[in-house]
Amino acid sequence: MKTALKLAYRNLVGAGLRTWLNVIVLSFSFVVIIWLKGILVGWDYQAKSDMTNWEIGGGQYWHEQYDPYDPFTLAESHAPIPQQFSDEIARGDMVPLLMVQGTIYPQGRMQSVAIKGIDPAQDIFLLPTHKLDTVVDAVPAIIGAAMARSLQLAEGDYLTMRWRDAGGTFDATDVVITAIFSSNVPSVEAAQLYIPLETLREMTMMEDEATILTFRDAGAERAAVQGWVHKPKEVLTASVDRIIKTKTAGQSVFYTILLLLAMLAIFDTQVLSIFRRQKEIGTYIALGYTRREVVGLFTVEGAMHSILAALAGALYGIPFLAWQARVGWTIPMDAGDFGMAMAQTLYPIYSAGLVITTVLIVVLITTVVSYWPSRKIAKMNPTEALRGRIQ
Amino acid sequence: MKHKGLEIKIKRAIILLFATAVLPLQAQPPADEILERIDRNLSSENRVFESSMTIHGRRNSRTITSKTYAVGDKRSFTEYLSPPREEGTKMLKLEEQLWIYSPSTDRTIQISGHMLRQSVMGSDLSYEDMMDDRKLTETYNAEVVGTEEIGGRDCWILQLTGKVDDLAYASRRLWVDRERYVPLKEELFAKSGKLLKRSEMSDVVQIEGRWFPRTVFYKDMLKQGSEGTGFRITDIRFNTDIPEYLFSKAALKQ
Repeated sequence: MKTALKLAYRNLVGAGLRTWLNVIVLSFSFVVIIWLKGILVGWDYQAKSDMTNWEIGGGQYWHEQYDPYDPFTLAESHAPIPQQFSDEIARGDMVPLLMVQGTIYPQGRMQSVAIKGIDPAQDIFLLPTHKLDTVVDAVPAIIGAAMARSLQLAEGDYLTMRWRDAGGTFDATDVVITAIFSSNVPSVEAAQLYIPLETLREMTMMEDEATILTFRDAGAERAAVQGWVHKPKEVLTASVDRIIKTKTAGQSVFYTILLLLAMLAIFDTQVLSIFRRQKEIGTYIALGYTRREVVGLFTVEGAMHSILAALAGALYGIPFLAWQARVGWTIPMDAGDFGMAMAQTLYPIYSAGLVITTVLIVVLITTVVSYWPSRKIAKMNPTEALRGRIQ
Repeated sequence: MKHKGLEIKIKRAIILLFATAVLPLQAQPPADEILERIDRNLSSENRVFESSMTIHGRRNSRTITSKTYAVGDKRSFTEYLSPPREEGTKMLKLEEQLWIYSPSTDRTIQISGHMLRQSVMGSDLSYEDMMDDRKLTETYNAEVVGTEEIGGRDCWILQLTGKVDDLAYASRRLWVDRERYVPLKEELFAKSGKLLKRSEMSDVVQIEGRWFPRTVFYKDMLKQGSEGTGFRITDIRFNTDIPEYLFSKAALKQ
């Protein structure tokens, strides 16, 4: 085996430019695959941590009627908070959120919004709710940057808000924007207005009621509560998993094309070297090599392309990937348009598992591709091969 | 003799006082009765009418014409006749539910939840406003709070306060024609007292023995960009035969 490796190495290096072209193409595949996979892992991590920090905490309890995809349910999605959560809420480890549909009139235009009542003292979410704890001559409200941009609202702006109380009666008052926050989670920003929880409860006559209860600790065992549906973190982030899965499938097409190009080059190289080195093959057999050993020799030679490619890739790939992990990749379009938790700049994350798996897969594929044309050797007549006759 | 003359004067003064106190009471029926007479003018078993709705925007105005078949306050069917973009659009209201059929997509969608609060084709009327037509006598307590002249007609000003919980507007103010018992102006208020909508009725005509305003001008007072929406009834018939099949979802696609 040692001789085979030595021979393979000498043959490869001896082939000169042809070998290095193959190695460069293959090394490019290595770096691009690791980078793209790193971007997806980074996106997955960023999306889930942003959702945790801005929207879902460690998990939630939803009122049994609440369905975020059906606004029809919102009118009925509120109930008194179960007694068993009182301590957790008092400790600040659970945040109740009350939601009602409403309409705001920025500059006299009409815009449907979800009015969310939230405790100004909460610290589970990064929302600047402390800005709601202020004394102003209207109801203090905070909104997301995306909504502020689309409605041309700025801090200190006043607008009229209209809503309906528990009985369905219209009410209206003025609100003042006390803060505008920016997150990477469109679902906490789009058409939503956050006001103090107690104010909303009073406005809607929904004393001590809530629509969603968000808890801090994702690890704790959670019991079923009547009238409320427990939504663990994994369920709430399932949409991210689904989109990452779809993106991975989409990227696979790209990897396949890249690898196909590299493998085509290696396949060609193998076919050519077997054709041109028939005398050498005949000599090996004459020297006592079995046919299988000669096939092995050529396969190792082909597979060694991938080892060299991994080394060459490491040479320029490691500085490139490290630089990317530091500065990230800025998406050349508005990430908010995707409608899901996605930062404008994605920072790739590379794990040892990701690098090792990629290297192993590429080496394995290269080995198979190298072996494929080498099988022909097994059918060769050694005397004819020794004479260098084309078979 | 002098004493008798004084007695006559006192008697006259008492009669005059009595007359001034009682006569207005006779001329002004109780507020609830006024509401009842308004309901009698405006409500009917069923009605078929053609109307045109003109939406006045910041830059331009557009007019939409439609034909509506309504039975009581629970069922109605509307077909839009023009402009060409809206032609063939149909709206069906059954009890608390509302469906809209769009011929361009050949699909029927149910308008529900917050969508009911959206404006109808960009007007100052929401779907909910169009659906909420319960009798005033059933939903509000009324009180006459004054008089005013509107468009040369003497009106009572009625302050309406909700007597049931599920009302869209906590209070209303109505200016009612003293002679014809037709509201000529209405203001709708939020619970906080903020004025939400104002409508002005005009072109009052007598149709089949009842007084009816043919033109209503609505204005959402919170919307500043809109110049209001005019609603004019071009033809109306009360208590006619309306085919039953109109009030089914199948009729939307016909």
